[in-house]
Amino acid sequence: MAGHGMAGSRFVQELRARDPEQQLDVTVFGAERDGAYNRVLLSSVLAGSLAPADVEMIPSAWYAAEDVDLRLGVSVESIDRGRQRVWTSQGEYIGYDHLVLATGSQPVVPDIDGILAGDELASGVAVFRTLQDCRDILDCLDGVHRAVVLGGGLLGVEAARGLAGRGVEVEVMHAVDRLMERQLDAEAGQILAGTLRSRHVQVRLDARARSVGEVAGQRVVVLDDGTYVAADLLIIACGVRPDTGLARAAGLDVDRGVVVDDQLTSVTDRRVHAIGECAQYGGETYGLVAPAWEQATVLADVLTGGGASYDGSRLVTRLKAADVDLAAMGETDPEDAVDAPADARQGGGAEVLRFADPARGVYQKIVIRDQRITGAIMLGGAETVGTVTQLFDRAGTVPADRRALIFPGIVDAVSAVDPAELGDTELVCRCNGVSAGDVRHACASGAATVADVAGCTRATTGCGSCRETVAALVATAASEQPDDPGLELVEVPA
Amino acid sequence: MPVETVETHCPYCALQCGMALDSQSQITPLDFPTNRGGLCQKGWTAAELLGSGQRLTTPLVRERRSASFRPVDWDTALEVVSRGMRAAQNDHGPDAVAVFGGGGLTNEKAYQLGKFARTVLRTSSIDYNGRYCMSSAAAAANRAFGIDRGLPFPVIDLAATGAVLLMGGNVAETMPPFMQHLLAVRDRGGALIVADPRRTATVEAATSHLALTPGTDLELALGLLHIAVVDGYVDHRYVADRTAGFDDVWRVATQWWPERVERVTGVPVASQRAAVRALAAGREGRGAVVLTARGAEQHGNGTDTVTGLINLSLALGLPGRPRSGYGCLTGQGNGQGGREHGQKADQLPGYRKIDDPLAREHVAAVWGVHPSALPGPGPSAYELIERIGTGDGPRSLLVHGSNLAVSSPRSGRVVERLGSLDQLVVCDPFMSETAALADVVLPVTQWAEEEGTVTNLEGRVLRRRRAASPPPGVRTDLEVLSGLAARLGHETGFPSDPRAIFDELRRASAGGVADYSGITWERIDTEGGVFWPCRSEHGPGQARLFADGFPTPDGRARFVAVDAGPAAEDVDDEYPVYLTTGRIAQHYQSGTQTRRVPVLAAAASEPRVEMHPDLATSSGVRDGERVRLVSRRGSASGTARVTASIRPDTVFMPFHWGGEQAVNRVTNPALDPTSRMPEFKVCAVRIERESVDVRPHDVRAEFAWEGEMS
Repeated sequence: MAGHGMAGSRFVQELRARDPEQQLDVTVFGAERDGAYNRVLLSSVLAGSLAPADVEMIPSAWYAAEDVDLRLGVSVESIDRGRQRVWTSQGEYIGYDHLVLATGSQPVVPDIDGILAGDELASGVAVFRTLQDCRDILDCLDGVHRAVVLGGGLLGVEAARGLAGRGVEVEVMHAVDRLMERQLDAEAGQILAGTLRSRHVQVRLDARARSVGEVAGQRVVVLDDGTYVAADLLIIACGVRPDTGLARAAGLDVDRGVVVDDQLTSVTDRRVHAIGECAQYGGETYGLVAPAWEQATVLADVLTGGGASYDGSRLVTRLKAADVDLAAMGETDPEDAVDAPADARQGGGAEVLRFADPARGVYQKIVIRDQRITGAIMLGGAETVGTVTQLFDRAGTVPADRRALIFPGIVDAVSAVDPAELGDTELVCRCNGVSAGDVRHACASGAATVADVAGCTRATTGCGSCRETVAALVATAASEQPDDPGLELVEVPA
Repeated sequence: MPVETVETHCPYCALQCGMALDSQSQITPLDFPTNRGGLCQKGWTAAELLGSGQRLTTPLVRERRSASFRPVDWDTALEVVSRGMRAAQNDHGPDAVAVFGGGGLTNEKAYQLGKFARTVLRTSSIDYNGRYCMSSAAAAANRAFGIDRGLPFPVIDLAATGAVLLMGGNVAETMPPFMQHLLAVRDRGGALIVADPRRTATVEAATSHLALTPGTDLELALGLLHIAVVDGYVDHRYVADRTAGFDDVWRVATQWWPERVERVTGVPVASQRAAVRALAAGREGRGAVVLTARGAEQHGNGTDTVTGLINLSLALGLPGRPRSGYGCLTGQGNGQGGREHGQKADQLPGYRKIDDPLAREHVAAVWGVHPSALPGPGPSAYELIERIGTGDGPRSLLVHGSNLAVSSPRSGRVVERLGSLDQLVVCDPFMSETAALADVVLPVTQWAEEEGTVTNLEGRVLRRRRAASPPPGVRTDLEVLSGLAARLGHETGFPSDPRAIFDELRRASAGGVADYSGITWERIDTEGGVFWPCRSEHGPGQARLFADGFPTPDGRARFVAVDAGPAAEDVDDEYPVYLTTGRIAQHYQSGTQTRRVPVLAAAASEPRVEMHPDLATSSGVRDGERVRLVSRRGSASGTARVTASIRPDTVFMPFHWGGEQAVNRVTNPALDPTSRMPEFKVCAVRIERESVDVRPHDVRAEFAWEGEMS
């Protein structure tokens, strides 16, 4: 195993789960010094809701018990495919029957003056990728009043929200006209920016950084238009690039990632496999955890003789920040949206549902083709986010009444009925099967209180939740009685 | 003759509502703590069965399955049974006779059945239908707390708490008077959060609904724990002082961040967070409680699911805190006591483990046998059934208080297994679907025709009192066991007097986890029930557990690391819809009793298959049409009920009917690795419209036998 990140560590667990006799000799090289940790939670570490130690996923005792040779801080330097061995940074050859590449990706550092000092990041400049990056940022936070996050993609927004949680003044600087442009349309981007501003994260769009420097002892980012933006700390979140140097040097077919088939196996060498962010399947590389874990599971099955195969993953991007709720999936800005019902029914284009409530930071957009959700943006704590995500994930048929996708309950809601309006056959007391008619009949026969009704019908004696309804029926019945029944007796003598 | 009134408890669910029953079979609800004067329709009509014309009143025997039953006297019947048992054991060894009990049997019967199996038959093959009911919650509670008492506090504590999370329970239908306690939480401004794939009557009364995908309960539990940690709601002092194992649990929960959980369960992140926040807020105020019922428990990973929820409650620091903790809502009438006194495959009385040498020694001494004479643990319920007719599997089966042909998963297969027995003996007041398959049917008394004790969902031991005379010709289960024991060479040790048996049970349970030694019938009478453990006649029973520690070796509760995986069977193109099963208000368990109460049968005469309007449309089904649910194991038929209160990817069908209408013909016998609980609550089905109109199920027509029924 070359790589011990989210994909690699999951793969080892899945492998041993299918190999309880420990017949496979497993050696894992992890370039980072930290054990398996949950990268997804790093924004929580940045925000301070978790300590770095809290994100460990697999204790070292597990590797000992499972007889897995884990070598942390050691990387694979080269692959000798002819002799089926790798050369490690510890200066030794290790042979393999199967080599799994899970090398992940590297943060992209943009070519901006002053961002590097030699080969290293300049002082006060950090990337946000590993647990060590996270510690480095936390270590220097003491002197930081103002931070700039360069890049308004998913990671940049999470990092910014995390830092703001620490009381740091944060600004997200983004080169295009909206945040998370790969996932969001223009309106969603705007609403998200508004939400972030209300959470003390400033957003600067269409801002191209030209250089990083110092003015009067203050570190600044200089923009294309000459603006100076003060930044005690600059966090680079400009995306990632699959780490494929090892595979490329070994002559494996590499495009953006290591090209693999549906067995997660290199199309060049049956002994070499790739999973996670460094792998490319069906022309796609994935930068999220869910596909990496799906791939890890499939490959573990394949290498233990199972029949699993990989068929690509459906991507749901979910922003992980406590008070900014955003999910985006699939196509979110189709160009062939249709506005005539007939066209939508005939599959002539994308049917688009949209609800925007900018004042509350809510934006929901759902793209439907052929009765299936092909894309969605759910921003601002939409109650239907779980439903929409599952329909997208499983290619489920959308409800006939589309409102159910945006306003839960509006279709199904049983509107509150005035008890007086209840039909005689309507059940009032579910526990005892008593209808409104039964209650009315009891009242007509002399029942004047809820207790009287209970005495002759048993209504309210079960769970008791129909008490109010019965009381209302009793009150209605009482008000329909003649004002003074005594008079009647006088008027109609026998 | 003057009308005599007896104070007793309802025959059905574990709430054991207090009721007065007079000699005219009139029922009046009592102001007992669990029901506070409430009764559901089942309770109100319970006495109608006493005079039912469908009672069995004479033993029935037949020479072969294809023949009709013929009435015989008791001596003949017991002779046939004991001869069959001896024949099976002579040819195939002690385990060739198996015993199947029930969670509705009184403590005395459950105890005596276990003793009969272990000392008279000397078989290890004994288990009971509680395996299908409480076993997952029991296994999880035992390993976390060192004790399994459904509620570790009196029911009345619930009304006083500040927040309740109910995972997979529809109490508004299954035990309606219990709702009073939950409604009180809500009405005082507290939170009532219900997790269920359906918007049930209970959900309607809740403050929040987590409408999860069937089979994803554990993922949800792990996600809630994750949120508790990340959002800062963990009671770190409690975790440090009173528990062990948190770190391992967190390492798994770290992998279930709420956004991942949302994708698997369908429960929005915001709802997950709100649920944890509400529990934490409850804890800061009056208290907070996490409850599970069968919806969370009846899964192939039910033990782990309950463990996940116990972990959540421990992380929040709830167990042992006033008006707080984790509890399981026991289902069957004596589901609690029934799992404590030895009718379970791995257990001896007092909740002792059968493979514990000290436990064996103690119980063997009470029974007057050598410890080595006691058999070891036997197969679990479904596995026991699966073994029937195989190499060393049972050849003879004795059934008390269970209708396993309806209540077991993949029941078509179960019926087939029962058919391969040399002898099937069923004790029942009625001709249940299982009795109809038997070689010998023994008519036994009902609840109000005999004395005994039951233990309700709070762990409170109650008395069931005799209020009516049984029909002539009917015997109690205890008399049946006494008669069989005598014929099998045990003239003593098997009295039929429940009180004598209870006194022996007290001694057998003394020193065990479920210690009844201090409980007497007189104390039950004067104290309105006594909670176990009760180790002395002079000391009180323990109503509230864990305030001072947990009954584990070091006094700490155990966090147990559990992880989630997919359900045993997921939907696919061929079987595209989830099926979940459950109960409705009018019926109890397999319906043997309630389907024979006219008013209940009229209110719900057949199973209704609940489906969402969208699913109905795509399946071409209209409301009221007859449909068939088909799985890899079999099919079942019901009437479509189109309702928006269920997820569009899921159908619901209640399990109270037999024959073609038995949903368990469809369910999946994937078993929990720890509790051996079958996965009743989720499997994959397809919906078919039924073209031919099937005649409504008629028990009497299907199971007619020679002789008059009344």
